[in-house]
Amino acid sequence: MIPEALALSAVLFTIGTVGVLTRRNAIVIFMCVELMLNAVNLSFVALSRLYGVTGQVFVVFVMTVAAAEAAVGLAIIIAIFRHGQSVNLKNINLLKG
Amino acid sequence: MPTSPGLFYQVQFYIFGLLAIASALAFVTRKSPVSAALWLVSVMFNLAALYVMMDAQFVGIIQVLVYAGAIMVVFLFVVMLLNLGHPDELSDIRGKWGRLAAGGVGIVLLAQIMVLARTRFLPSLQPPVNPVFGGAPDRGAVGMIAQSLFTEHLLAFELTSILLLAAIVGAVAIGRRKGAT
Repeated sequence: MIPEALALSAVLFTIGTVGVLTRRNAIVIFMCVELMLNAVNLSFVALSRLYGVTGQVFVVFVMTVAAAEAAVGLAIIIAIFRHGQSVNLKNINLLKG
Repeated sequence: MPTSPGLFYQVQFYIFGLLAIASALAFVTRKSPVSAALWLVSVMFNLAALYVMMDAQFVGIIQVLVYAGAIMVVFLFVVMLLNLGHPDELSDIRGKWGRLAAGGVGIVLLAQIMVLARTRFLPSLQPPVNPVFGGAPDRGAVGMIAQSLFTEHLLAFELTSILLLAAIVGAVAIGRRKGAT
């Protein structure tokens, strides 16, 4: 079932990418990034059936980094919301010339 | 690695996989952030079931506890904190050109998958003759991960703790109101 799992992982990653590109809500974009990380975790687990347990250790690391990223990213989103009262990327254009 | 999974195993695998894909599609297309988050929780539960089916029980439990239980709760908490459920905020999907660009990127990614699926696996990706998995049945699923985590990857593990500490401090420093002590 490993090729199926890898294909599922690729499809989920593609869906996450399309979500990042189509949505404008910053929180939803963050959730799409989490979906992409989950897809990568799935291929790690699938390949760990062939190559030993190291893939699962990497999944633990990826989850830790995802948790840290979610904490900092959501704090940034809250700060942006306090600044501009919106999380829509259309309204976040401070760096646009 | 089991030699040939039974029909029941395969059917279950496909059911969970299709549920994950359907939930992911629903997640991307929902307009409300709350329902999107709940569909993402559904994706994560299906992935946890797949992890358990692929002999990664510990990762499956961690998936439910950490991802579906902690990270998604933080997301929902922020959605509630910022009060994003208003109808005028709902239509956050980009216009025609954004959708076309996203569709193009998606098609390119899927085409890459198809090409990869048609080619043979690289020689370096061939499975080893004697897979490591299942070699240590006495330690259990957690014990094997712990063995690898605390011996081979000890430095990375300790660095992870520093990363988490930095993330906590950074999140508090960024999220704090100005003027609050």
